[in-house]
Amino acid sequence: MSKRKPYIRDLPVDWWMKQLFYTKYMIREGSSVLVTIYALVLAWGLFRLSQGEVAFNAWLGSLQSPLAIIFHLCAFILALYHTITWFSLSPKLVDIQVGGKGLDERIIIAVEYIVFAIATVICFLVVI
Amino acid sequence: MAETFEKVYKRSHEPIFWGLFGAGGMLTAFISPAMILITGVLVPLGLLGHETLSYEKVHVFATSWYGAIVLFILIALPLWHTLHRIFHGLHDLGFHKGRDIQQVFCYGFAFAVSVFVGTILLQMA
Amino acid sequence: MTDNIIEIGILRYRPEEDDKPVMQTYEIPYNDEMSILEALHYIKDHLDSTVSFRWSCRMAICGSCGMMVNGIPKLGCKVFLRDYYPKKVTLEPLANFPIERDLVVVMDDFIKKLEAIKPHIISKKKKCLTEGTHKQTPAEMEKYQQFAMCINCGLCYAACPQYALDKKFTGPAALALIARYNRDNRDAGAAQRMEIVNQEEGVWGCTFVGYCSVVCPKDVDPAAAIQLLKIDSAKDYLIGMFKPD
Repeated sequence: MSKRKPYIRDLPVDWWMKQLFYTKYMIREGSSVLVTIYALVLAWGLFRLSQGEVAFNAWLGSLQSPLAIIFHLCAFILALYHTITWFSLSPKLVDIQVGGKGLDERIIIAVEYIVFAIATVICFLVVI
Repeated sequence: MAETFEKVYKRSHEPIFWGLFGAGGMLTAFISPAMILITGVLVPLGLLGHETLSYEKVHVFATSWYGAIVLFILIALPLWHTLHRIFHGLHDLGFHKGRDIQQVFCYGFAFAVSVFVGTILLQMA
Repeated sequence: MTDNIIEIGILRYRPEEDDKPVMQTYEIPYNDEMSILEALHYIKDHLDSTVSFRWSCRMAICGSCGMMVNGIPKLGCKVFLRDYYPKKVTLEPLANFPIERDLVVVMDDFIKKLEAIKPHIISKKKKCLTEGTHKQTPAEMEKYQQFAMCINCGLCYAACPQYALDKKFTGPAALALIARYNRDNRDAGAAQRMEIVNQEEGVWGCTFVGYCSVVCPKDVDPAAAIQLLKIDSAKDYLIGMFKPD
């Protein structure tokens, strides 16, 4: 008779808190919650815009509450974290060979940050 | 008697959602920090001048055909990115039951808000 | 020379007497040239002959001695006591695998998945020896070579939360091996392997945590392989929409 009795360890529900790498992964994924709320804020602002000037200005006014500012600061930090992680991981999806070697991922990341800087400047130029 | 089973492979429809996730994630990575900083922090604090995001300016932009397209993409596309992550994040957090309902809810949410935004833009045009 | 001592904790599991694993700590003389695997040998030879662990080559090529060292998947032969001293070293069997005994895990599921992806070149047609060898340029080899360095140690499965959450997931090493063969210009088996890739439990079980590539002792980068296969799968999906078979 077999003496085998393989033991299966349970995965703790908070597995992602037990190691920094997993925690950072969950923060990366969790950034999407605040970005979702931000998109809803914008969608609501668009709705208020369609209702006329008074409604739109009321929406603009509501963004000035301390709670709204704190939320947007948090969302900004997490969105930036998303940007950093997205750029650092995206070279893995690039399958270009240059001179018989894979393209250096530092070049890809550098190009991404340059485009990011240009996009940010354009955003500011458009609204101002 | 040994029975042999032919393994049945079931193709996932994930490529559709993954494509939208990738497009939305790309957009979010490049644009969202600047957008949040402008609309959520600098304008409310009055650091960009009073004319920024004034009703007239935004209304003219939102009712132009190009402005409507830009606003639709900027508001709706990131949701297909974030709700995809939330859907998979729920599994990571241990919600393993009712994955079908979770999927309908997550992508349905992104779809509903997209329709909401699109309808408003069409009405204003 | 003073004899420095280092503490080594080993998660013991003896199926005939234990209901669940228990931690047992040993003290051995510290030596800055000693690998974790050698430390285990010291314990087995001098302190407790009942400790079980897998090993073979002692030089990071056989892939047998994978274990959790202070919670991180490592090859026992590739990490040293000096990397941890004077802190205690805790050794546990590879995460996400059932424990057979002490540091020995059951790898059946892993092996089954490796076999399922047909990890060999599937030729377009049988070639006669007189036709000579298959030719390949360095650039053609570069396309897959990195993914061919896998030694099947299983560290990436121990690092993968998606495999931990769902054992049906094909997992990093097997998917990287698919990329290895699909990207080889001598191979014609891509269509067969894409059936595995295209499934929910194929590449779509991956959420790009990326830890598999961090722990890989051979720098295979399974995460990159899987993302490239996601692109292939998405293309395959589009083609399938217009050309249903």
